[in-house]
Amino acid sequence: MTASFSAEILKLRKRQATWVLLGAVLLLTQLFGYVFPYSSWVTGGANEQTEGLDPQLVLAGTLPGELVPTSLGGFPVFAGALALILGALAAGSEYGWGTMQTALTQRPTRLAVYGGKLLALAATTLAIVLATFTVNAIAAAAIATLESRALDYPSVVELARGIGSGWLILGMWCSLGALLGFAFRGVALPVGLGVVWALGVENLVSAVADSLLTALRPLRDLLPGVNAGSLVWALGPGGGASGDAPPGVVDAVTGSRATLALAVYVVGFAAAGAFLVRRRDVT
Amino acid sequence: MGEHLVETNDLTKTYGGGITAVDRVSLTVWRGEIYGFLGPNGAGKTTTLRMLAGLITPTGGSASVHGDRPGSPRSLARTGALIESPGFYPYLSGRDNLRVVARYAGVGDRRVEAVLETVDLADRGGDRYTGYSLGMKQRLGVAAALLKDPELLILDEPTNGLDPAGMRDMRALIRDLGERGHTVLLSSHLLGEVQQLCDRVGVISNGKLLTESTVLELRGRAGLLVAAEPLERARLCLERLVGADNVDLVDGSFRLRTGPEQAGRVSRALADADVVLTELRPLERTLEEVFLEMTGAEGMER
Repeated sequence: MTASFSAEILKLRKRQATWVLLGAVLLLTQLFGYVFPYSSWVTGGANEQTEGLDPQLVLAGTLPGELVPTSLGGFPVFAGALALILGALAAGSEYGWGTMQTALTQRPTRLAVYGGKLLALAATTLAIVLATFTVNAIAAAAIATLESRALDYPSVVELARGIGSGWLILGMWCSLGALLGFAFRGVALPVGLGVVWALGVENLVSAVADSLLTALRPLRDLLPGVNAGSLVWALGPGGGASGDAPPGVVDAVTGSRATLALAVYVVGFAAAGAFLVRRRDVT
Repeated sequence: MGEHLVETNDLTKTYGGGITAVDRVSLTVWRGEIYGFLGPNGAGKTTTLRMLAGLITPTGGSASVHGDRPGSPRSLARTGALIESPGFYPYLSGRDNLRVVARYAGVGDRRVEAVLETVDLADRGGDRYTGYSLGMKQRLGVAAALLKDPELLILDEPTNGLDPAGMRDMRALIRDLGERGHTVLLSSHLLGEVQQLCDRVGVISNGKLLTESTVLELRGRAGLLVAAEPLERARLCLERLVGADNVDLVDGSFRLRTGPEQAGRVSRALADADVVLTELRPLERTLEEVFLEMTGAEGMER
């Protein structure tokens, strides 16, 4: 599996799409976590994101102490969707380019090739989480310095918990994307279906379960995106200091249950992908 | 004949809907030979090769490659394959594509440079794969198959889509690989290509292996074509010389079932009988003629 991991890392590192997706996660996190809230604080005006909120709380959300909830605020929805695209691209394009058969006619077994790909995707999603926290920590430090506030970062344990949670959320979405890529042996359909599910269907089911049909709540509480949102909520109740929970961050299930559910999803998606790769003919 | 590297027994692949792509194929590829797997498009060649590379699971029969199950790490470690068309990453250079394959195969980057040299792509190795011509892509595919320095090379229609110069270069490369001790299993629908390159041939049509033998055996013993006047005196003379059963008159000329080494005797006998000889040449059956005799098939190209 080491050989496959090494090959996969080389491919991901050289692929422009990987860097574009990383850039998109960083850019969106910066814009919605720091640039817009801080601009609102500086100008004294309210934008749609901060309207009706206490300006002091808006500023607090951009300071180092809130690094974890602010960094993870976008993970359940947009960063998750981008991770899903990463997984779908990494798996599905192997079929479009005919490279799956190239990989499978070398030395490793099918499961070793598959395992190497999943490990490389896990490493890439971890790198995305670490880059997000690093860039956000720098932004928070810059704002704290400009506002003459203390550089009070979360404890190492809190940071580790935040990074681990972010990795679990992106890992879950990425493994779903990879599963769809292997299942449909292409890119377009997995990306389309996955993004519609992550951004549309989950929100729709949540909205219906919250208002129109509360009997759907047990079903809602099983959804991967809802569990991702609940995990982020558990790390910064109420959406953190700002008190404004970002889209997808919900108080549906407890943090521990959400963690368990996400872990089960990761294992389930990986196992289903392994079954497909091992059993199906490559034509 | 020595050790066999590939052996199949009644190998069968039936798809859903009852379509049998490969029907009880039994073939053997011996170490050190260039084996031609000949058949028209859609005959089942690629499906058979995919099964030998472990990409497709047979629905019947058995196959072994290097004595192991096809697709097992032990058989893959000693087999290089280029099946149908080369599969590479368009955003990478040729060299980086080979580096990716080398990592899967567990060989060092130094080997990448060696195979680029072998297929004459060293100068263009840094170019992006999407900019390669079809011939360069095929050569890169062969380079990838050579990375492990495998004992067995499975090449599926490697000259497909190449221009005449590209085909000539690819055939020279395959001949060279055979001379360097590689065993080559070469599928082709080009009769001339198989005739030029291969030691033995398996002919497949509609999923069934029709025959398996050496190219010489398949083409049969060469004969002689004789055109002479007057016809009746020439016939009597030739029948006396090689026997009546070995003389046929076809389109105004005689076809003799006798070796080309008899040409001198034939010429002398006809001259002694006052027969005017207008044409005398060896008569060899081409693989195409043999194939058409066996199948009556169309679609084969020279």
